[in-house]
Amino acid sequence: MLQAFLVLSAALFCVGLYGALGQQSVVMLMMGLELMINGVIVAATAFWYFCAPAALDGQVLVLVIITAMTVEMAMGFAVVILLYRASDADMTDSVAEFKR
Amino acid sequence: MYVFGFAVLAVVATAAGVAVFVVDSMARATFALAVSFVAVGAELLLLGSGYLGVITVLMMIMEMAIMAVFMIMFMMNPAGLMPMSMVHNKRGSLAISLGAFAALALGAILVPWPDRRGKPAGDVTRALGESIMGPKMLVMIGVSAVLFATIVSALTMATSRGRYDRSPSAPMGAGD
Repeated sequence: MLQAFLVLSAALFCVGLYGALGQQSVVMLMMGLELMINGVIVAATAFWYFCAPAALDGQVLVLVIITAMTVEMAMGFAVVILLYRASDADMTDSVAEFKR
Repeated sequence: MYVFGFAVLAVVATAAGVAVFVVDSMARATFALAVSFVAVGAELLLLGSGYLGVITVLMMIMEMAIMAVFMIMFMMNPAGLMPMSMVHNKRGSLAISLGAFAALALGAILVPWPDRRGKPAGDVTRALGESIMGPKMLVMIGVSAVLFATIVSALTMATSRGRYDRSPSAPMGAGD
């Protein structure tokens, strides 16, 4: 059953990866990142449950991952607001100053 | 019943995740992501993680509600009145994603994972609470500091009169 959960986790991660790599909209890109972290949450919880359920380290790890997801969301939207205010940019392709 | 529940939730989570990048409306994409998160939260409940499952569902519903507001503020076509496609390098990202999925799924199936050792505590939520208020308190202290730093830095960046505001309509020093 662990394998089934890991395959689900891989599916969620890769759907998110597609969005993170392919989307032009910054908000859609962040949705992709959220889906990727979602996959990681499923994998970490499945490892805890099927490998070492007696130790609570896995649960604490998932708690940290959920916090990371929250921080990513908050900082991501702050950056989006900053970019939009500075250069009316809501697409990743229009924020390419670092390339130059 | 357990396997059936897992399978249904897995299909819903993945299908809703795919729908995020397929539907023609930003608002629908947001709600599809919320459905995916709720299904994942239910999967966590199946894995005996009551607390983590419930906070995932509650937090993600709130987060998606906030995201829906951002969609309407920033994006064109929030209601899906016309087809939208905002992708670049679609073929390349699809190939990378499918390749990554094949590698991860093969690894998940072929790797000999260790056997289960021990069994969960009777009340996992209580045990987790005692753990983070006891031997794992350093983790909680770190998390709280990170969250506080996030609040301060996000507000600093997002405020319209902050030091990072470079808007032509409000140049540096204009509000001083």
